[in-house]
Amino acid sequence: MIEINNVSLRLGGTQILEDVSLTMPKGGVTALVGPNGAGKSSLLSLIARLQPLQTGSISVDGLPVDTTPSRRLAKTLAILRQDPAVASRLKVRELVGFGRFPHQRGRIDANDLLLIEAALQQFGLMDLADRFLDNLSGGQRQRAMVAMAFCQGTDYMLLDEPLNNLDMLFARQLMRDLRAAADNDRRTVIVVLHDINHAAVYADRIVAMKSGRVVADGPPAEVLRPDVLAQVFGYDMDVIDVGGAPLVLHHR
Amino acid sequence: MPDKRLLILAVLAVVAAIAFMTVGLRGNIAFALELRAVRLVTLIQVGVAIAISTVVFQTVTANRVLTPQIMGLDALYLFGQMALVLTLGSVGYVALDPRLKFAGEAGLMMAMALVLFLPMLRRRFDVGLLLLTGVVLGVLFRSLAMLIARLIDPNEFAVVQGSSFADFNTVRPDLVVIGLVVTTVAAVIIWRLRHLLDIVALGADSATGLGVDWTKALAGLLLLVAALVAVSTALVGPVTFFGLLVVALAERIVDSRRHRLLLPAAMLTAVIVLLGGQMALQHLLDGAATLGVVIEFVGGLVFLAMLITTSKR
Repeated sequence: MIEINNVSLRLGGTQILEDVSLTMPKGGVTALVGPNGAGKSSLLSLIARLQPLQTGSISVDGLPVDTTPSRRLAKTLAILRQDPAVASRLKVRELVGFGRFPHQRGRIDANDLLLIEAALQQFGLMDLADRFLDNLSGGQRQRAMVAMAFCQGTDYMLLDEPLNNLDMLFARQLMRDLRAAADNDRRTVIVVLHDINHAAVYADRIVAMKSGRVVADGPPAEVLRPDVLAQVFGYDMDVIDVGGAPLVLHHR
Repeated sequence: MPDKRLLILAVLAVVAAIAFMTVGLRGNIAFALELRAVRLVTLIQVGVAIAISTVVFQTVTANRVLTPQIMGLDALYLFGQMALVLTLGSVGYVALDPRLKFAGEAGLMMAMALVLFLPMLRRRFDVGLLLLTGVVLGVLFRSLAMLIARLIDPNEFAVVQGSSFADFNTVRPDLVVIGLVVTTVAAVIIWRLRHLLDIVALGADSATGLGVDWTKALAGLLLLVAALVAVSTALVGPVTFFGLLVVALAERIVDSRRHRLLLPAAMLTAVIVLLGGQMALQHLLDGAATLGVVIEFVGGLVFLAMLITTSKR
């Protein structure tokens, strides 16, 4: 369970997050949605201790993120940031293998090799496994980064806009993989999404944020309603029902 | 399983070392051998110190066109040296045990490196800003050292002047042992951290996500780099581009940034280039040029070439 209590964040005189309290039970897929600058990425960074906590408290499975040793947390929680800088002259297989670092400190055993191969397979990276990252397209690199986070084998996975740069096929594939990770491996997935319709289909729960606050929180059918969406995104959009899931016509 | 390319490099390095000891040996053999042995050890440890400090520094700064020297770390060391002469006077300075002196200067420099660079590196700067800061810091400390040089009397100045230029010919037998100890200890620690270095190369966010305590790792690595730069600067003076040259070469040879390959490759390349260059200049050109100048010239060209190719991408 992730518990966020009264968290506020101020950076350079700007209020990024204001008194956010949120509880995310173990299991399932939670989507964070909201307009640019709503504080979604900052919230994710704070949970993943990439940024120091200013006020409030956050704990993951009872481990307070600001005082627990980084290595201990790395076995519980994996984070994939937006546009991570990627070191040069590194092969895809090597990068994915880095996901095992928190467990092995660099020594790779037979079990790790199996996990690495499985992750490569799952994200369609077998053909690219021995290519250098700097020769890949943005989307291919993104898939390699997600595979690394998967390979870390943690109960909690935080992903910041993982669909960036992905084409429709791989975007759908990734969402299905996240769903499968939650359903089959009992993982807890928290994902920042811009495409609200992916959230509608694959998430169990949607948390909508605006100006550093949580404005709506619930299952897709409750959050994806015209009045809530207008409040969050600032314009009116139609929502229709397709096969039991809401489809937001946000582009018209 | 040792890499084939590493084995070839190792063989070349051994051949270079043997040739360095034996080619053109004449006169009092025992005396010449002893002299050469000290120089061999000096060159090898300087090569190793510069190579691994450059690799680690490039990894920490996520930047392949940087060396600790471009960022002004050696200027920091020379400034510390000048400051010591100013406070102690030349008599006190000369009277000091050279090892004690070295320890003091290295300690001073490590502390200053930590204070100056840690806040800067905690959040990564882009290449341009980092380079600019380095150049400014380098100029600042060089100028401060010059200022002190003008304040002290000429005799005192002569004491430190010798160490302000790159010089691969003068041997400092008094510093070889302590340098060897520092280099060996640092090299062993860095080798044991090779997997951690691979992770650090991914950047602050990814490394933290994988369980690295970023600030702690950064501080430790910076201290190691500072200690190694202190060794090489004390032994041969400031060499700005040599590290860049050998690391770029080593990276081409093993075609990887993985530290278990890059670290030994860079060390061996540095040893080969230093020993080979020294012999070529001494025996083929009859000492018409000094190694320091040649290496800085070639290294400088590599630096420019790398700047141009990276800015194109």
